[in-house]
Amino acid sequence: MGYDKRFDGRRPDELRPVAAKAGIIKRADGSAMFRIGNTVAYAAVYGPRDLFPRFLKDPQRGILRCRYNMMPFSGAGERVKPGGSRRSKEISMVTEKALLPVLNLEDFPNAVVDVFIELPQTDAGTRCAGICAAAIALADAGVSMKDLVSSVSAGKVGEMVAVDLSYAEESYKDGDVADIPVAFIPRTGQVTLLQMDGMIDKDGLKKALEMARAACLQIYEVQRRALKEKFAVPVAVKGNGSTV
Amino acid sequence: MNELLRANILKWFGKGMRYDGRAFGEFRPVSIELGVTKNAEGSARVRIGDTEVIAGVKMAVEKPYNDTPADGNLMVNAELLPLSSPDFEAGPPGEESIEIARVVDRGVRESKAIDTAKLCIEPGEKVWAVMVDICTINAAGNLLDAAALAAMAALRSTKFPAYNGKAVDYEHPTNNKLPMLRIPVLVTVTKLDEHFFVDPLIEEEKVADARLTVAITEAGQICAMQKGGDSPLSIDDIGRMVDLAAAKAKELHKKL
Repeated sequence: MGYDKRFDGRRPDELRPVAAKAGIIKRADGSAMFRIGNTVAYAAVYGPRDLFPRFLKDPQRGILRCRYNMMPFSGAGERVKPGGSRRSKEISMVTEKALLPVLNLEDFPNAVVDVFIELPQTDAGTRCAGICAAAIALADAGVSMKDLVSSVSAGKVGEMVAVDLSYAEESYKDGDVADIPVAFIPRTGQVTLLQMDGMIDKDGLKKALEMARAACLQIYEVQRRALKEKFAVPVAVKGNGSTV
Repeated sequence: MNELLRANILKWFGKGMRYDGRAFGEFRPVSIELGVTKNAEGSARVRIGDTEVIAGVKMAVEKPYNDTPADGNLMVNAELLPLSSPDFEAGPPGEESIEIARVVDRGVRESKAIDTAKLCIEPGEKVWAVMVDICTINAAGNLLDAAALAAMAALRSTKFPAYNGKAVDYEHPTNNKLPMLRIPVLVTVTKLDEHFFVDPLIEEEKVADARLTVAITEAGQICAMQKGGDSPLSIDDIGRMVDLAAAKAKELHKKL
């Protein structure tokens, strides 16, 4: 019997419950929480600020520096040793590449924008959740941007093409599994993150990417809502009781 | 650079006032939330004013240390995440995070907060290891007291994962809680000129002369101490600071 019904009962194109909040860390210039299912990501942005060591400075544009990190108690199973691993280094790098295209860093020569992503609780899709949180945090910090970035994983479990695989689905044993984390610039549909491991055919890949694109538009709305809530202006009431 | 700040803080201290309007012996609002991350065996989020930390407990079965073959292993680690402050950098733990980890560790260890003998599975071979990680989310002063409070709250909520004699089954937590004997809390008393106060803001920490962190059990027993800061303290100073810490510890115990 193949995989025709998802473990958690979702439709193939259905995301796990998504929530976001901007401005969760007061000391940061911008910050956000992004939650998808049981995966929770915090992001904080510091900068644009002065960059050291000096040789890293670019007089043409500011640089973006991202750090992805799992808290030691965040994973299922054993404690994650603190300090970077090869995995976290790579994810930090692809996160940087995923966010860079929307930033107008030419406005900040010689400076750095630091993005710190921390995962207090993980259940698959952490790099995508980190990117979603980071995009909100960058906007919250007021860094000049062309758009947000929205990210989700798509893929194949057995014969089913599906979006936002859970940890249980990533570990599916009775057939092929393909996991494809992608990030989109929502308004242009351009892809800024694309990785994949597992097995999938060309048609499956196209279908998965289309599905991820649609899912990212839903995520985009959640991200925008989080920012709108943070910057909502309380409605002023005039002396005569009518709202302005 | 801090001299102006110091002069300004002292000017207000002279009038009996702090930047945020608190009295010298007053904490900012303290809140504790349990079970904040589901993959940890125990966890807690502590807020003291704008300061926020999360502590998580992971457990594993390990070989005991040679000098304590029939006791469980305890490890406390603090991560001053660069996410939580513009002053923290990514990289290996620095002095401040190591001090926080070690002072919290001493409070838990020396008070015998955990009945480590009950964590022994097979003497000399297998014992439970209790690993506490404290992560800062927003560093806005008094991380030491917040870290200790989070660590204790997380430990008290910790439940053993299932263990079949060979492997730990993290997906199936049991209902067995950690064997706790005592509940230490840390209270840091800070000194600036002739003033003594608790729960410092970052600005107050920057200009402080000295601090004394005291670990105190729910029975009022002092179980660990750490002096910090560049200035010396007199024996009278220490007496006053311990008295203030003991009074505040009672309030913190009520929160746990």
